[in-house]
Amino acid sequence: MTAALYNNEISPSTVSEHGLSDDEYALIVERLGRIPNLTELGIFSVMWSEHCSYKSSRRWLKHLPTDGPQVICGPGENAGIVDIGDGQAIVFKMESHNHPSFIEPYQGAATGVGGIMRDVFTMGARPIANMNALRFGEPEHEKTRHLLSGVVAGIGGYGNCMGVPTVGGEVNFHPRYNGNILVNAMTVGLVETDKIFYSAAKGAGNPVVYVGSKTGRDGIHGATMASAEFDDDSDEKRPTVQVGDPFTEKLLLEACLELMQEDAIIAIQDMGAAGLTSSSVEMASKGGVGFRLDLDRVPCREEAMTPYEMMLSESQERMLMVLQPGKEELAEKIFRKWELDFAVVGETIPGSNLTLVHRGSEVADLPIDFLTDDAPNYNRPWTSNEPVKDDIAFDSAKCPDPGKCLIQLVGSPDLASRRWIWEQYDYSVMADTVSGPGGDAAVVRIHGTSKAIAITTDVTPRYCEADPFEGGKQAVAEAWRNLTAVGATPLAITDCLNFGNPERPEIMGQFVEAIKGMAEACAALNFPVVSGNVSLYNETNGQAILPTPAVGGVGLLKNYTKRASIGFKTEGDVVLLLGSTTGHLGASLFAREVLGREDGPPPPVDLAAERRTGDLVREMIEEGLLSSVHDVSDGGVLVAITEMALAGEIGADLSSPDGDPYRYLFGEDQGRYVCAVSPQNLDRMVSMAQSASVQTAQLGHVTGTAIALDGAVLAPIGDLRNQHESWLPDYMGTAE
Amino acid sequence: MKSVVIVFPASNCDRDVAVALQKVTGGQPVMVWHGDAQLPECDLIVLPGGFSYGDYLRTGAMAAHSPIMREVKTHAERGVPVLGICNGFQVLTESGLLPGALMTNANLKFVCRSVSLRVENTDTLYTHKYPVGASVVIPVAHHGGNYFADEDALDRLEGEGQVVFRYEDNPNGSARDIAGIINSNGRVMGLMPHPERVIEPELGGTDGIPLFQGIMERLA
Repeated sequence: MTAALYNNEISPSTVSEHGLSDDEYALIVERLGRIPNLTELGIFSVMWSEHCSYKSSRRWLKHLPTDGPQVICGPGENAGIVDIGDGQAIVFKMESHNHPSFIEPYQGAATGVGGIMRDVFTMGARPIANMNALRFGEPEHEKTRHLLSGVVAGIGGYGNCMGVPTVGGEVNFHPRYNGNILVNAMTVGLVETDKIFYSAAKGAGNPVVYVGSKTGRDGIHGATMASAEFDDDSDEKRPTVQVGDPFTEKLLLEACLELMQEDAIIAIQDMGAAGLTSSSVEMASKGGVGFRLDLDRVPCREEAMTPYEMMLSESQERMLMVLQPGKEELAEKIFRKWELDFAVVGETIPGSNLTLVHRGSEVADLPIDFLTDDAPNYNRPWTSNEPVKDDIAFDSAKCPDPGKCLIQLVGSPDLASRRWIWEQYDYSVMADTVSGPGGDAAVVRIHGTSKAIAITTDVTPRYCEADPFEGGKQAVAEAWRNLTAVGATPLAITDCLNFGNPERPEIMGQFVEAIKGMAEACAALNFPVVSGNVSLYNETNGQAILPTPAVGGVGLLKNYTKRASIGFKTEGDVVLLLGSTTGHLGASLFAREVLGREDGPPPPVDLAAERRTGDLVREMIEEGLLSSVHDVSDGGVLVAITEMALAGEIGADLSSPDGDPYRYLFGEDQGRYVCAVSPQNLDRMVSMAQSASVQTAQLGHVTGTAIALDGAVLAPIGDLRNQHESWLPDYMGTAE
Repeated sequence: MKSVVIVFPASNCDRDVAVALQKVTGGQPVMVWHGDAQLPECDLIVLPGGFSYGDYLRTGAMAAHSPIMREVKTHAERGVPVLGICNGFQVLTESGLLPGALMTNANLKFVCRSVSLRVENTDTLYTHKYPVGASVVIPVAHHGGNYFADEDALDRLEGEGQVVFRYEDNPNGSARDIAGIINSNGRVMGLMPHPERVIEPELGGTDGIPLFQGIMERLA
């Protein structure tokens, strides 16, 4: 017997407008044994969207290591949690807000920051730092200035008002992001290990409570929008973007943390993507209970909102909680003090259904497992990418001299100073930022202790494009390296996996291989993934972004006074390179900026050597032998040294290498650190390196006011600073 | 010394300034909610930085009408010192305890930066520990620090020594590079920079310490 698939309310076009395939819809009708009503169809459309269901990615995410003695909570909760000792833990996650930020950059970025902060304080943690990883189109593209300006203002507007320092991040420009920018926001919070809150509801008859802002008609279908490609009409999707109110979120933060001091909350979940729908479904699913919501009690901003609109609204600054019975009055008093809405909107019920009641009648009744665990889970076809094996060849006789190349590189869009951006972020509020933007990793003190957390975000999309497996490995390794370079012990990562349309086998192949590469690096470096998200369909008119698996890493410094930073500190120090150099230039910034080509394989990461070298650097910092360290990344050794010189306001005189100077100076071989070493510690450090089987090379000395090669000036520090500092303000100076 | 820190909705430097007061003066300040009608007995009132009421309407405008501000005004009239930092300065101008207004930064952007300031008047309750002519480095972090007053008012401020801090490299377009002012009886001071963020070398400086020490010496 086949039931009818459609009726007056639900037609084939209604189904396709909700982003559901014919097969998915048929499955819904079959399992329900009836045609869903519009509200129910809306709930399926968001819960089964790529954004909420991870239907293309779920099976692959299982490859990532998620365990370790430091892990208190891995993926699947609002955020990941790692132990930092003394009854304290770090709660952190990175999340994408790509699609909305392209449509409406200020609000898209602002609500991305608001959403990720909620994920962290939902678990009982006070946010102590924000980071962000941003990708924009080429500078010449007509939208880039407007998008950059709006995104930065939005991130600042939200984070600054919340009083949480934004301590760093990364920015790239590339034409492949012309039609799809990436806004990945990360929040790190601090929690006491005995005051962690989770989202699993428990018991029957417990009150379900709605707190925060009222529900409006904004953001309806945001999750569905974020699960589709863009076309030329994507501007028309502006109404799907939510509007942020950081003032309310600040009140919500304080109110939640105040209530969390009491023994009142059974479960709590923020209303993010897919709002009331996903928060209630996830809480019920995790706890194995049913939910009954009385929608007439939902605080609404607008008149006559329908059940469909209430369930799909993505209005911001809202939370759902299951309270212990009898604690409603206590909780309400706290939320009223903070001038927030508070409403008991339902209760947990026996069984496993989500039941919605509106104006006395039942308007939806859906099995929760069908919305979550039994949602579609696809094994999408994928094709392996065949990376080029041989490094690029080029005629060095035709290259400009190294000094000119250096000047060009430090003023290039991907390497120029980001000061114009980070000065719009309050990076010193909370008065615990001991190393702010501009270093390898930001360092934020754990208030009132000698401990600190190091934080970084990393990925090199051009490497991932050339070879997703090596690129995935490199993203994890670079995060590990950046934490190590400040002296921190890397703890764990969060990831934001940004890719194109997974229904295209070559894109799915990028995704699969990047995950495999990341997994290998995570395992080799004891650096598990504890949270993250996946953002697919970053594609416009069939043109996908560069594969961008952004990694957010955190590490622990037991004593923040024993940390390293990038600036040269003392004239006469020896510039020492730790790690092996072959002069790899494939997929390098030198190749792109100077040679004008983007081909070739990325530099491979030798994970065993990475581990040896990093452990050695950390040991040297802990022993107080080393305080100026910089990892070698974009632009190679010469750029690394220049950044150290700019930060320390002292130059360096280097010895010219044997062999091709361009490969040596600009090669991007991985697993390397440039150090400035006091001459009296040099022998000791070289012998430590030998015992650890780490190669060393003495590159020269810290001295003077220029970067020099064999005593001949390549470029004065002043010129380099000018180039480095002026590109972004000059570029943005012509903004509207 | 008994100090009070007023907490408005979305104040966000209330803890920072309380920590600084505690660290430098040794006394734990009392945190007072903006909705309270009464102030406890105190020697100093601090209006902290932040985004009271989300900066809606105008920065500081709504906080200036909070119930507690009636009490703050009464205390100020009695001569109780009031220090407003950043948003606190904005609240002080909005509530009429200090002259002038703080407009949106000239480039319309938020600015967070360590700035050099000249201490123009080292003979106040708040600044007497700084050497005459001192130049100090203190961070700013604001979207609306562009001080404005008409020329006569500015002349009066200058003439009476009420300009206490001046930017050496103006980050926001403030008239006559003004970063901080004091009222005519020398008891109410507002400044945009955040002295509470520079009380430890590890945080990038200690130039905020003399301000808190100075207050304590006079009021203890």
